Order: sequence, then C-alpha cells, then structure tokens
Amino acid sequence: MRAAVVRASDRQLRRRKLVGTIALGVFIVATLSALGVLAILVGDTLRDGASWLDWSFIKDLPSRRPERAGIWPALVGTVWIMVLTAAFTFPIGVGAAIYLEEFGGTGRLSRIIEINISNLAGVPSIVYGLLGLAVFVELASMGPSVLAGALTMTLLVLPVVIIASREAIRAVPDSLRQASLGIGATRLQTVWSHVLPAAMPGILTGTILALSRAIGETAPLIVVGAATYITFTPEGPTDRFTVLPMQIFDWISRPQADFHAIAAAGILVLLALLLTMNLAAILLRNYFRKNQNW
Amino acid sequence: MADKAAKSAAPIGAATARPVMASRSLRGSTENRPVERIVRGALAVCGLISVATTFAIIAVLIGETLGFFAEVSPVEFFTGTVWTPTFQNPQFGVLPLVVGTLQIALFAMLVSVPIGLASAIYLAMYAPPRVRAVIKPALEILAGIPTVVYGYFALTFITPVVIKGIWSDAPVFNALSAGIAVGIMTVPMVSSLSEDALQAVPRSLRDGALALGATKFEVSTRVMVPAALSGIMASIILAFSRAIGETMIVVIAAGATPKFTFNPLESIQTMTGFIVQISLGDTPRGTIEYKTLFAVGFTLFLITLLMNVLSAWVTRRFREVYE
Repeated sequence: MRAAVVRASDRQLRRRKLVGTIALGVFIVATLSALGVLAILVGDTLRDGASWLDWSFIKDLPSRRPERAGIWPALVGTVWIMVLTAAFTFPIGVGAAIYLEEFGGTGRLSRIIEINISNLAGVPSIVYGLLGLAVFVELASMGPSVLAGALTMTLLVLPVVIIASREAIRAVPDSLRQASLGIGATRLQTVWSHVLPAAMPGILTGTILALSRAIGETAPLIVVGAATYITFTPEGPTDRFTVLPMQIFDWISRPQADFHAIAAAGILVLLALLLTMNLAAILLRNYFRKNQNW
Repeated sequence: MADKAAKSAAPIGAATARPVMASRSLRGSTENRPVERIVRGALAVCGLISVATTFAIIAVLIGETLGFFAEVSPVEFFTGTVWTPTFQNPQFGVLPLVVGTLQIALFAMLVSVPIGLASAIYLAMYAPPRVRAVIKPALEILAGIPTVVYGYFALTFITPVVIKGIWSDAPVFNALSAGIAVGIMTVPMVSSLSEDALQAVPRSLRDGALALGATKFEVSTRVMVPAALSGIMASIILAFSRAIGETMIVVIAAGATPKFTFNPLESIQTMTGFIVQISLGDTPRGTIEYKTLFAVGFTLFLITLLMNVLSAWVTRRFREVYE
C-alpha cells in the first residue's frame, strides 16, 4: 500500500520534471529563434547586396539604371542631418538634464518636465514628422530643407538624450559635489568643473546611441518632405536632401529585382554606419571606465 | 543740519554694518551673480523645450484636425468604412485604416509576446550569467535595426519564402508579412522589460517555492510570472503601442490599399501608411489632403497615448508590493 503511494508520487515527480525539461527546451528554442531571424536577416541582405557593393556605388549619384546607381547624395544627406541634429541636441539635452538633476530638485516644474519627457518617448516618430511639417516647413517657411529635417530629428531624439544624460549625471558620486561646494565653489562652478567632466563619457555614449537610432529613422523625414530622388549633394542647411534609409526605401518600392539588390547594398552601408557608431560608443565607455578614478 | 548729520553718518553706519553686508555680498557675488542666474535660466529653458514640444504637437494636431472637421463630418470620419480621400468623390471613413493598423499590431503581438516572454523567462530563471551576457545584447540588436531593413526583409524573405511557402497564392503585399516583421522588431521590448519585472521579484519568493519542491518551470509559471504580471502586461501594452506607430515596415510590406477587412492575406493600409503615401506626393498647406494628414495623425496620437496611459495605470494598479 505504502509502496504503491510512493511509486505513484514517484511517477508524478518524474512527469513534473519531464514537463519542466520540455518547457526549458521550448524557452531556449524561442530565444534562439529570435536570434536565428536576426542571422537570416543579415545573411539574406548580404547575399542580395554584397556583390553590388563597391567604391563606385558609394561615390555615384542615383540613376534610373541600377548598375550605375550610387548612394553618395544620401550618404552626404545623412551626415548633414546627423551633424546638425547632434549640434542641436547635445547642448539642449545636456542642459535639460543638468537642470533636472542639479537645479530642479523636487520642484513642481521638474516633475512636469519629467512626466512630459517619458510621455514624449512614447509618441510615434511619424507624429514628430507632422510637427516638423507644420512648424518648421510651413510656419517657419524653411521648406523641405536639411535644417527642417535636422530640427525635427532633434525633437525626436531629445527625450532619449535627456534620459541618458540624467543617468550619467546621477552616477557621479555626491562626494565630488560636496568637496567642490565645501571649498567655496558655487553650484554652477561645481557642475561645470566637476560634475560635467565626470559625467561626460556617459553623456557622449548615450548621445551617440541616440543618434545611431535616429540614422535609421525614415518616416518623420518623409513627412517633412525629404526627396526620394535627388541627383545632387546638399551644400548647406537650406538645401533639399535625402538620407540613406529614404534612398533604400525608394529602391525597395521599385518592382525590378536589380533595384532590390542595390537596396540591399544600401542597407549594408547603413548597417555598417550603425555598427561603427555603436562600436565607438562602446569603446568610449570602456576607455573612460578604465581611466575612471572613482 | 539733521540732513547733513544723516549724510555724514551714513558711511559710518555702513561701516559698522560691514560684516552683515559682506556675507550678503559674498552670496550675491556667487550663487546669485547675474551669470549664475542667466545660466540657470537657460538650463530651465532647455528643460522647458520638451514641454513646449508636447504642447506644439497637441496644438498642431488639434488645429489642423479642427480645420478638417469643418469640411468633413466627424460622424463620417469615425464610423465610415470607406477611405478614398484622394478620389474625385472623396469618402473619409477612417475605420479601414484603424482596422488595418490594429490587424498589424495584433499579428505583431502574436509573434513578440510568446517569443519575448519565453526569452524573458529563460534569461531570468535559467540562463547562466555568461550565456545571458551574450543573448541579452544580441536580442537588443533586433530593436536597433532600422525599420526599412525589416521592410526589406518582409518583402524579400517573409512574403516570398515563408508566406508563399504556405499559401502559394498570397499577394506580394499583405498584412501578415508586415505584422510578423513588426513582431520580430518588438521582441526585445517585451523580453527586456518583462525580464526586468521578473528580476524585481524578491529572491525569497523564488527560493521559497524551490525549497518546497517545485520544479523551476512551476516556480516560473506559478510564482514568478504572477508576481511580475504588472510589469509583463505593461511591456506588452508598450510593444503594442510601438507596433501601432510603426511606419516603414507596413509602408513597404503591407501595401497601400485601405480596406475594411480582417483577412490577413490581403493588401491593406495603416494610419501611418496613409500619412507616408500622402507625404510622398505634393500636398500644399490648406488643401483637404494636408488636413487629412493631421486628422489621421491625431487619431494615431490618441490611440498610442491611450496605450501609454493604460500601461502606466496597469503598472501602478496591479503592482505586487513586497516588503
């Protein structure tokens, strides 16, 4: 009788363990399937596009004939947009972060700003495009220019840069601030000479990562009016422009297979650019972490 | 005379009060110096730019949408099932776009919720630290890939290889293919936020259940997941909201045919897809097409706002608090 009970519970235990093992298998397969898709995605793009990738593809203007088409104007446009966006985002984002972390305290204003930033992060990017269209392109009559595109992108990445900068500033130990204040520095002097230099690696890393996200953004720039087909490179902030993902989109939407292949080649360039920026961010972080003395 | 005395006394008075004045002027020359005040003001302005952005978004969307509703009845807009704003006799029923959008988001969730949750449980409960250190950032890469790349992948791989492999007569542009791609993109959102929620469950709960003889799987499904449910649900709602706002994947792979249909193997159009389609053409300010952009954008904004508020509410309402 007792032996039977033991045998029954034994069987039950074995079943429970079996269920557990099967479940673990399912979890691992699911996790690996996501990574598998990533591998297929990259492999598929490499197979389609690698043979089209050469120096003339980078340096050529777009063409109606795929074998002569290049991405030079889009590459220059992307660099323009990124440089201007960085120039606008960095001071504003860091300034807002300093205000919230060092001067805002627990005031009502900083609470409103804080809630606002987290809400902005959830607004779809295309809505920023509509904002840019109404405010920069139409109201400020900038037209579909590099400047209008960069300002739109600035508003889009600003919440991310503020959040990253705040984290970097918060990570600076309080003893640094107290030492500075203790010998008579003002709060501003403390921030400028001690907190900011100590937080800079974190701020830079966060900004680079935010910009690397922005490089792939297409929708807001389409709404702002970025061109799909231009055969010149923008010379200044008031020129019309296109960007890499825009050019890729234009090639994807054509029915010919050869255009799909150069779209894949364009994607490889875009991914290489992204990888470079991410690598730079990681190296920067590691370099400063090694030399950090607190 | 008294006047004179007062005048001549003034410097003396000032001299005796010097210690007090000095401490005030010390403060005056540092914390409240004009430079300090100006810089502090400038920093506050930087912070306020984000608030201004929100107001500008709302003002722009509402302003143009009101202009739109001066020409189109709101009843037609919100209940109509035909969307042909660029036709000779335009009809402005937004429901086909809303249904198209929700359809994409639904398929996306069918992909990202099971995969995201499974990997979250694996990472939080099973994975050795060294495996986790590799898999977690690798999953994050999925979120960093530009959406045009997913669009390309959906059009040149998911549709021809996977979907046509199952339904050989499926059209080139269909909702299912775009939905799957959006789902893959949102996997890291579900997995990393859910994993954070699982990691936040107190160690003692897990250890207690394991000590009672429960298997790891039983601890995961009956203790950990229920305890972390608020965070998991919030992550799913956020991923849903992200899927609703996704643009390039659906523009490339789902087609541009606004259709009131629930068939996943048909070409459809989403709200974001419509905005892109109109933006690619020339739409001067003041035309009905221009206003339509903002009316659809406002609808999209409201739906995502609702989702984000819901996610915050779920987190607060269903949070399990442990001492």
